[in-house]
Amino acid sequence: MKAFIKKEFFHIFRDYRSMVILFGMPLVMVLLFGFAITNDITNVRIAILDNSKDVVTNQITQKLISSGYFILEDNIESQNDIEKIFTEGRVKEVVVFEADFARKLKTEGKAHVQLILDASDPNTANIISSYTTGVISSYSLELMSQTSMIPVKINIESRMYYNPELKSVYMFVPGIITILLMLVSTMMTSISITREKEMGTMEALLVSPLKPIQIIIGKVMPYTLLSFINLIVILLLARFVFMMPVAGNLVLLIVESLLFILMSLALGILISTISKTQQQAMLLSMFALMLPTILLSGFIFPVENMPILLQYLSHIMPSKWFIIIVKNIMLKGTGILYFWKETLIILAMTLFFIGMSVKKFKIRLE
Amino acid sequence: MLNRAKIIEVENLVKKFGSFTANDNLTFDVYKGEIFGFLGANGAGKTSAIRILCGLSPPTSGKAIVAGYDVAKYPNKVKANIGYMSQKFSLYNDMTVKENFRFYGGIYGLSKKQIVDKTNYFLEKLEMEKTRNVVLSEIPLGWKQKLAFSVAIIHDPKVVFLDEPTGGVDPITRRQFWEMIYENADKGTTVFVTTHYMDEAEYCERVSIMSEGKIEALDTPANLKSTYGVNSMNDVFIKIARG
Repeated sequence: MKAFIKKEFFHIFRDYRSMVILFGMPLVMVLLFGFAITNDITNVRIAILDNSKDVVTNQITQKLISSGYFILEDNIESQNDIEKIFTEGRVKEVVVFEADFARKLKTEGKAHVQLILDASDPNTANIISSYTTGVISSYSLELMSQTSMIPVKINIESRMYYNPELKSVYMFVPGIITILLMLVSTMMTSISITREKEMGTMEALLVSPLKPIQIIIGKVMPYTLLSFINLIVILLLARFVFMMPVAGNLVLLIVESLLFILMSLALGILISTISKTQQQAMLLSMFALMLPTILLSGFIFPVENMPILLQYLSHIMPSKWFIIIVKNIMLKGTGILYFWKETLIILAMTLFFIGMSVKKFKIRLE
Repeated sequence: MLNRAKIIEVENLVKKFGSFTANDNLTFDVYKGEIFGFLGANGAGKTSAIRILCGLSPPTSGKAIVAGYDVAKYPNKVKANIGYMSQKFSLYNDMTVKENFRFYGGIYGLSKKQIVDKTNYFLEKLEMEKTRNVVLSEIPLGWKQKLAFSVAIIHDPKVVFLDEPTGGVDPITRRQFWEMIYENADKGTTVFVTTHYMDEAEYCERVSIMSEGKIEALDTPANLKSTYGVNSMNDVFIKIARG
């Protein structure tokens, strides 16, 4: 048994490709998702078309620039320049103040600002637009209270629970944990077992006095350990690189993760019993599992907005349930009372996969 | 012959997969220290029979006793007392020679000291001491086969099963391989070997030839040749396999 586990580590460390997958993936994925794929906006380049050039428009412009979200790329002079500056791709937004802005505001009590956005990336355009609106309306409120022109309207202030700064890394970390645990556990186990089948060493193991269960535990142990190390690495990265704390119980998070790792390993064994070659095992775990995991688990796209059929499909994704659990613990800080159902579902899936693979394994032995 | 101890006893062994009968009522004995050739065309039922004898799959009916244990009742006792080397190469290509010995010694429950002693013994014997720390993928196939055989008998099994051990190996290495087999048979290890090379069949003490799940002939190569009135094992084989 000890010899077996040692041997398994030899395999992992000798094969630089598995090493890269095992240790490179978590780092790259967390950093990529955390830094590159972000919904937060900073340093958005804008242009101003100020047809009025008075005190008020100047103040609003200053507000926008000093907010930290925007960089003033250019002041443009005519309507015709708008098209040009967008085509050149220099800015994402043009803010247009109408002529006689300050005067109209004073006399008529209202003036118009037009926001023109590059919506080739609709999400970003939406966010930029709401940020700009936010800055301008806070200025107008200020102005109203100063001059007390008209009674100050109702001030709507929204607070974002669980992720006050709407950091996208908060949303990605639970997803990355899920995907990586699944990738490492399921794919690596299924590949390493099919490799032994392909090489013929599986036969040698089966005729040895090792019991099948010992072979499986020997295979699975190193990957459990590695998945666990990966989990810790991701949590540390989240904590110290992205300043994302774990709101709930860390021990509970680790226990739930171990359960999920166990499930993934069982799934990996099941895949290895039905695939004949390493390639087959890899394709099965990559495409049959990874893509649906990313797309249907609610990791990036909310499940609630999907067509009913896909929503039902998402129920059989183990990752969906685990993401709910991780989000609960990491963001909301809730306890087991709030996700015992999800935990039970994963437990049931684990037992199902173990049962299935034992059955398949036996059939193959006959 | 009759006063030698039996190490494998097979009686009316039947193995069925659904309606297909892979082994039809096999009965034979193999004696201690014997080199027993187990021949048959592809699909004749050799592999299925070997799997039963190794305790990998239970017989549908009948009895098989290997190294003193009933394979159906005590497959693990059987496994601990046999060695096995398959046509597919059974060592790990990404580990060194030493690590392979250590691994297989480990799973057969040898102590550290035993493993070290055995490793030294085999490497010296094969004149491969220089390859101790070489990763297996860099070693030629013939050498690997000899290593695989050594690994298969690292725990001094009573019987060693060799399933087409010399496939794809050059004639000189095959020759050396058979010298190893003889040497171990002399020491009392029973060798149960399948092969497609008929010259190798001549090296066996007794040979059984299977066809369509049944044992059609079982005798010494010399007796088989005279019974069928031919000059070589090749002709014996062709006569039986063609029915």
